[in-house]
Amino acid sequence: MSYVINIFRKIGVGMALFIQSLVNGLNQGAIYALIALGYTMVYGIIRMINFAHGDFIMVGSYTLFYTIPLMIRTGMPPWMAVFIAIGVCIIVGVSVEVIAYRPVRKAGSMTALITALAMSLFLENLAMVVFGANPKSVTAIFNLPALNFLGAKLQVKYLITLGIGLVIMIALQLFVKYTKLGKGMRAVPQDKQAATLMGIKVNNIITITFAIGSALAAVAALMYCSTYPRATTDMGSMMGLKAFIAAVLGGIGSIPGAMIGGLIVGLVEILVKVYVAPSWYEAITYSLLIIVLIVKPTGILGKNIGEKV
Amino acid sequence: MLSIKDLNVSYGAVHAIHNASLEVKDGEIVSLIGANGAGKTTILHTVTGLKDAKSGTMTYDDLDLCTTDASKLIKYGICHVPEGRHIFRDMTVMENLEMGAYSKKKDKYDMGKNIEKVFERFPRLKERYKQLAGTLSGGEQQMLAMGRALMGEPKILLLDEPSMGLSPILVKEIFSIIKYCHEIGITILLVEQNAKMALSIADRAYVLETGNITISGKASDLFEDDRIRKAYLGQ
Repeated sequence: MSYVINIFRKIGVGMALFIQSLVNGLNQGAIYALIALGYTMVYGIIRMINFAHGDFIMVGSYTLFYTIPLMIRTGMPPWMAVFIAIGVCIIVGVSVEVIAYRPVRKAGSMTALITALAMSLFLENLAMVVFGANPKSVTAIFNLPALNFLGAKLQVKYLITLGIGLVIMIALQLFVKYTKLGKGMRAVPQDKQAATLMGIKVNNIITITFAIGSALAAVAALMYCSTYPRATTDMGSMMGLKAFIAAVLGGIGSIPGAMIGGLIVGLVEILVKVYVAPSWYEAITYSLLIIVLIVKPTGILGKNIGEKV
Repeated sequence: MLSIKDLNVSYGAVHAIHNASLEVKDGEIVSLIGANGAGKTTILHTVTGLKDAKSGTMTYDDLDLCTTDASKLIKYGICHVPEGRHIFRDMTVMENLEMGAYSKKKDKYDMGKNIEKVFERFPRLKERYKQLAGTLSGGEQQMLAMGRALMGEPKILLLDEPSMGLSPILVKEIFSIIKYCHEIGITILLVEQNAKMALSIADRAYVLETGNITISGKASDLFEDDRIRKAYLGQ
C-alpha cells in the first residue's frame, strides 16, 4: 500500500516539476518572442537583420535600473518605469536608424548587415563607458505572490509576461492588417516604388517600424528584469541572438511566427535545462533550428518570397 | 498643364535624355512613342521624381516638379501608373484600391463611393475583391493598377506601357479605359510602344529616339508622316 502511495507521490512531484518548468519556459519564451517581434518587423519592412536590436534591451534595462528608484521615491508602482524605458529605447532605436542605417540603405544588404553588427558593438561599448563594466542589480519590479497549482509554484509575474506577449502580438497583427499605417507598412516591402507613388513616405514608415520594435524591446527589458534583475552591457547580444533564432525558426517576417518561435526556444531552453543537462540547451536549440531550416527553409510560418528579377 | 523644358537625364556616364521638351495641356491625351530603350520610361520617372534630372525644368501648373518629393505628387493630382503594373501582390484587390487613396484625408474623402465607381468600371475587380492581387491575370492586374490610380482622384495620369504583354483584345479594353479616363476629365500622358493604338487615341504625340525628341505634332498628322509609317507602324 505504502508502495502505491509512494508511486503516486513521485508522479505528483514529477507533474509539479513539469508544470513549473512549462511555466518557466513560457515566461522565457514570451521574453524571446517580444524581442523576436522587433527583429521580424524590421526584417519584414526592409529585409534587414537589425543586429543592434538586442542591445536596445540592454538600453531598456539600464533605463529601468536608473528610473525604478525614482518611481518608488515618487510613490508610483515600479513597473511604470517601463514608459520611460520605452521613450529612451525609441529615441535610441530611431537615432540608430536615421544616423547609421538610412545613409547606407541604398548600398545593399551586406553593407546594412555589417553596419548593424558595428552598431551593436558600438552600443555595447558605449554602455560600458557610460554605465561602467560592473553589472547593476535592478530593484524588484513586481511584488506578486506565487500561486500554488497542483504542487507547482507559479509566479504570477510569469503569467503576466505571457499575457503581455500574447496581447502585443495580437495587437500588432490587427494593427498591420487593418489600420491605414499598418497597410502602408505592408505595402512598402512589396513595392517601394509603387508605395511612393501612392503617397507613402517610405522613410517615415521605416522609422515608425524601428520605433515600434524599440518600444517592444523596452517591454521585453521590463519582463527580463523582473525575472533576472540584472543589467549588464553584453546582455543584449546573447538574448538578441536567441531571439533572432526564434524569429528565423518561426519564419522571419511573420508576426505570429515570432511568437511561436520565441515560445519554442524558451520552452526548449528550460525543459532541456531541467530534464537533460543545463549545459546542453544551446546545442539542442541550434540543432532544432538547423532541422527546421532543412525541412522548411522559410521557418515554421514563413512564406516563400520569390526574388524579384 | 504639364511642361517639360530642356530636360537632361543621365545614368552615371550614360546620357539618356537630351534636351527633351514636351507639353501636356489640360484635357489632352498626349502620347510619347518610341522603341525599347529610347528613354520613355526615364522621362516619366524623372517627372515623378523617382529619378533625378541633370538639368532642365519641369512644372505642373505652378508646381516645380524638380524639387517635389515623389510621394507628394499624388496630393497635387499627379498619378503615375508605372510600367509592369507594380500592384501590391500580397494584398487583396480591395486593399490595393485602398492604397490608391492613401494620401486622402478620411474626412474629406468618400472611400466607399470611389471604390463603387471603380467596381462599376471594372466589374472583374469587383468579382475578385477578396483575392490576392498577385493571383490576378496580367490584364486584371493592369486594370487594378488603373483602378488604384483612379482612387487617388488624379487630374493627370502618367501611363507607362499599359498595353505591355497583353492580348489584342485586352489592349483594346485598356485603351477604352484610357478613353473613359479622358472623358471624365483626366489629362493623360501615355507612353507606349504600340504606336498605332497610341496615335489613334491621342490629340498630340511626341516621338522619342535614343533620348532625343525627333518628331512631334498632331497625332493625325503623325499618322501620315512617312518616317513614322515606316519605323513604327510597319507600313
